[in-house]
Amino acid sequence: MPAPLLKMSGVSKRFGATRALEGVTFGVERGQVHALIGENGAGKSTLMKILAGVHAPDAGSMEVDGRPYAPTGPAAARAAGVAMIYQELSIAPDLSVEANVLLGRERSRAGFVRRAEQRRIAKEALSRLSHPDLDLRARAGDLPIALQQLVEIARALASEARVLVLDEPTSSLTREDAMRLFEVIRDLRAHGLGLVYISHFLEEVAQVSDVFSVLRDGEVVSSGVMSETTLDAIVRAMVGRELGEMFPHVPHVPGEPILEVRGLTGVRAPRGVDLVVRRGEILGLAGLVGAGRSELVRCIFGLDAVRSGSVRVVAVGPVGQAPRASIARGLGFVSEDRKGEGLALSLSIEDNLTMTRLEPYSRFGWLSLSRRRRSARDWMERVRCKARGPEQSIDALSGGNQQKIAIARLLHQDADVLLLDEPTRGIDVGTKAEIYRLVGDLAAQGKAIVLVSSYLPELMNVCDRIGVLSRGELRAVKPAGEWTEEDVMRCATASAPIEVRT
Amino acid sequence: MNVAATPAKRGVRSVVWSTVAPFLGLLLVLAIFWLYGLIWKPDSVFLSGFRMALIAKQTAIVGMGALGMTVIIASGGIDLSVGSVLALTSVTLALSLKEGAGPALALALTVGAGVAAGLVNGILVTGLRLVPFIVTLGTMLVFRGLAEEVSSQNKIPAGAPDWMSTLLDPPAPGSVALVCRGVWIVVVLAVVLATVLRRTVFGTRVFAIGSNESAARLCGLPVAQTKIAVYALGGFFTALAGLFEFNNLNRQGDPTTRVGLELDVIAAVVIGGGSLNGGRGSVLGSLVGATMMTTLRNGCAFAEVGDPVQKIVVGVIIVAAVTIDQLRQRRRSE
Repeated sequence: MPAPLLKMSGVSKRFGATRALEGVTFGVERGQVHALIGENGAGKSTLMKILAGVHAPDAGSMEVDGRPYAPTGPAAARAAGVAMIYQELSIAPDLSVEANVLLGRERSRAGFVRRAEQRRIAKEALSRLSHPDLDLRARAGDLPIALQQLVEIARALASEARVLVLDEPTSSLTREDAMRLFEVIRDLRAHGLGLVYISHFLEEVAQVSDVFSVLRDGEVVSSGVMSETTLDAIVRAMVGRELGEMFPHVPHVPGEPILEVRGLTGVRAPRGVDLVVRRGEILGLAGLVGAGRSELVRCIFGLDAVRSGSVRVVAVGPVGQAPRASIARGLGFVSEDRKGEGLALSLSIEDNLTMTRLEPYSRFGWLSLSRRRRSARDWMERVRCKARGPEQSIDALSGGNQQKIAIARLLHQDADVLLLDEPTRGIDVGTKAEIYRLVGDLAAQGKAIVLVSSYLPELMNVCDRIGVLSRGELRAVKPAGEWTEEDVMRCATASAPIEVRT
Repeated sequence: MNVAATPAKRGVRSVVWSTVAPFLGLLLVLAIFWLYGLIWKPDSVFLSGFRMALIAKQTAIVGMGALGMTVIIASGGIDLSVGSVLALTSVTLALSLKEGAGPALALALTVGAGVAAGLVNGILVTGLRLVPFIVTLGTMLVFRGLAEEVSSQNKIPAGAPDWMSTLLDPPAPGSVALVCRGVWIVVVLAVVLATVLRRTVFGTRVFAIGSNESAARLCGLPVAQTKIAVYALGGFFTALAGLFEFNNLNRQGDPTTRVGLELDVIAAVVIGGGSLNGGRGSVLGSLVGATMMTTLRNGCAFAEVGDPVQKIVVGVIIVAAVTIDQLRQRRRSE
């Protein structure tokens, strides 16, 4: 029996104190589709990045075709025949289809591109994907997403890839396009390629793959033949875990409504979302990556463009389309992208903490630095931020302490409605528990909290109600006690009803 | 806690380093030319009174521009139109004096022209959401063209009272002033500006926007207004540099003067610890950087290396300064 096409054995990877992967064994045979399943943060992307040569594993070995495989980067991975199709396509939109297919492997003589040979290779790759008539001179950016994806797969074929890794390939496709993609996948399988299929949409996974592996907390917890298992068993494997004393309970009672969202529709997501949040209530928003949870809270806050619908803060009035106005109406927002837009990393703790509201410390534009420092020190204590002092640069803090400052900023701003987007991502367990307690305290003080999270246990244990989003729509909102984790996953992974296009 | 303490210490060290580094650079430049003088020109002194006065005069102009550029760069922007705006304002001053305006009115018109030019830059950057590099590359030509148009491409001599035309003249021998009044004006404005940046809401906003514009927007800061004000402030300082240039050219406005000044000014700010990624900039550092740039140019003249070599040297220094900035950034992000 020949060696398997791709074999990973005992692969481990740590990032600082976080264990991303632990002794993972995974492989794919020729002519096989292997599904890689797991919740957000289970370690799928780390595994992929190791395969692509972005990260080197701390331990374990990899083989392609029986030969040791230790890629030093994406180029080395491609040269070894391993190609990645990421969720975010890497198409050069201004180049032609042909140039995109041959990107990085241009055929040339003395620096001049050999157009005829390029055209032949591109044509051949596209015919294998049953699109021989795609215009090679078309601008790639003008093609619909589904075709752009095909161009990227063609690029992999042109580079003679034998292992093709597809990361959430259907997340931005329509139902029909997804079906067409499955045809392509089956076809490639028939030609002897090994495919790794990563997706959250379990029904699709069951449809297209031969074998599966479930990752949870960096370990393979279940694997087997697709036809011999049930979706329920897979969901159980994905979510089953021990819950310790992670979730301190602070008693709080929801009061009168404070935030009313009506038919809120954004550019891609959300789509027609209705939502009411009460004072003293913690509302969780669950859903998969790309389901539109972040977009929903961003639209509420006025950071993302709103197509239609309205957001009202009860007793204050409608919220406009600018963060400045939202803040004036008592909304506060913690971004999931702490580095990118949450904090100004080159500034001090006090700068970041007081950025939204300098009025208490200023007279005619003149700042009282000492009063600001006293106040900042006060807030740091209240959120138990560990740092040397308010003047310390914020990039010297751990992620958890940075996040405490981001939340403290909303408290300093005196927001009544706190929109928290993934506030515990990338934070150690101890700090997570502290943030849960803080959120509970705030609810007890009558603040309304909207908590977006990919970590189901925290939603189940911290929130009063949980809403589940899928493909931009708010599918259901129920008291947390009426959900099981399986229900949430099922609701979030259910494919959208087939849309009738006219 | 150990984990958190290490980068914090490095933070302090890098702050100290970025304050001291520009001075070291300046000392290095001075030392090189001094040594050069000792070895190859033993009969003349590099830092003679004459050369000191010349360096002071040039530094007043470049330093004044660097004050405005410090704010612009700290806010994450850039202004390539400084040289052109300087020409435009010097022409405005000369023209209005020539047309019979009183000195006070002429000065007001000059400052008005500079601020207006800055406002145009700021409004284009924020209103059209264009990259400041491109906007000011365009307005660099526009303002230069404007200066040439209103002056019919001629130098414009004009009469002016002593108080506004001897700003760059060396002080009387034995005076306690040591350097020309222009330098003192720059120093006073620098102190004011440093205080504004450090101690006011406006200053805090400038650094917040430069450090992370998305975060600033998310925190509800008036990003557009602040940026427009920043460019207007830049125009204000450039107008005063225009006034100095009018002094420098012996009471003349010249539409073709100071082409490429923006490079010296930007280099001065970056050498002084400003980051082209925004969020950092030091008024003191920028002035040291400006002194370094003018010393360099004068030193090249002293060493009689000629204009072409001087250009090469300055170019190399600019690239080196930006490289150092990048290395600092990289070390920071690691």
